[in-house]
Amino acid sequence: MKKITLPLKDADIENLKAGESVLLSGSILTGRDCAHKRICGYLDKGEALSFSLTGQTLYYAGPCPAPAGKACGSCGPTTSARMDAFAPRLLDLGLKGMIGKGERSEEVCESIVKNHAVYFAAVGGAGALYGNAIKKSELVAFPDLLSEAVYRFEIEDFPCIVAIDCHGGNIYRR
Amino acid sequence: MRIINSEKIEQAVYELAKNACLRLTPSCARALRDAAAAEKQGSAAAFALDTVLQNADTAAREQMAVCQDTGYAVILAELGQEVHIEGELLSNAVDRGVRRAYEDFCFRKSICDPITRVNTADNTPAALHTEIVAGDKLSLTFLPKGFGSENMSRLYMLTPAKGVDGIVESIVETVRLAGSKPCPPVYVGVGIGGTFDTCAFLAKKALTREIGSRNPRADVAEIERRALEKINALGIGAQGFGGNVTALGVSCELAPTHIAGLPVAVNIQCHCVRCESVIL
Repeated sequence: MKKITLPLKDADIENLKAGESVLLSGSILTGRDCAHKRICGYLDKGEALSFSLTGQTLYYAGPCPAPAGKACGSCGPTTSARMDAFAPRLLDLGLKGMIGKGERSEEVCESIVKNHAVYFAAVGGAGALYGNAIKKSELVAFPDLLSEAVYRFEIEDFPCIVAIDCHGGNIYRR
Repeated sequence: MRIINSEKIEQAVYELAKNACLRLTPSCARALRDAAAAEKQGSAAAFALDTVLQNADTAAREQMAVCQDTGYAVILAELGQEVHIEGELLSNAVDRGVRRAYEDFCFRKSICDPITRVNTADNTPAALHTEIVAGDKLSLTFLPKGFGSENMSRLYMLTPAKGVDGIVESIVETVRLAGSKPCPPVYVGVGIGGTFDTCAFLAKKALTREIGSRNPRADVAEIERRALEKINALGIGAQGFGGNVTALGVSCELAPTHIAGLPVAVNIQCHCVRCESVIL
């Protein structure tokens, strides 16, 4: 399986094709429903974020708490479609990758192509396997959101499928 | 009359929650292995199913939740009317068991205020359904219900003229509209009849049945069979990657309804079916 190191490089994004399986390693941020709403709330008010999304890959996930001796608990992807209303705006800000599960809206598909980005599908329901592949976890923002806070993870060999590539290839369209 | 102390109920719920979140039901694990065998080797669907099967092993080995969405704690209680519960209120005992298990085993707390979205931070309250039945036993079934799939559920108030074909169409349409979002291959719980509210409960109850079991009524079992066949012809496949298996099973539960109506509730369950029962 092709191995990809995060943050993503433009050349790597260029070569990813919808349908191919990859192993992702490196640094990612998490964010789901409440974090997206809050991020966009700050942007609406013209306030700066305490962290940068530029060049980053965002994992749509809310982990279980870490058991003793582990960096993270079970942590598989959540349904990406709920983030569709926010994703084009974050892609315009320089977000390069998204990891989640399930199809995306037409607007998100267009924004992926326009911003030369990529959407990876992790396998939903494989939370233990993904949680075990998280080697470090650090709280980045919004601690009051608990599992919905923004975390930075160091991941090792996350199995994913390239779901929507920067050329418009889309595994959900058959 | 038989007395059951509420502490015994709390402990039973604690154990059920622990076991339910850490493992798939045997019928689900079996259905997933069959699904993996039914997909073309090297396909994206086979990749997804192999990953899911590996995940079940990882969860068992590492004692981690099978899925991070350890769900809304749904509890179906069948309370024998000869039982007297001593101590706390039943719902308090259930919530205490849920609270302790979700804390002790590092399960995610996913319950929040619907308006402010502030998390209750202990995964309570549970959704407790209590039915009074004959006898002197208390039966408890724990179903941690993930919401990626719950969100894709639908309720139809059909006209009686729609009949069996209308029921089958409603089931298939729900799965088609859900597409890749609820973590297919899904398990489909269907309520047929009753009222707006009882129909939805029947759909939930259907999800506590073993995958592959059939409704004892031949005409209802035929609806299950027809719906499953049509769903698997949709080609959505595991995770929406395309494939032969879009649903692991369809289970229908029935209740008499009004002469003017034909309610059909379709409750979608992801492929991560977790459900445990005990009789006290």
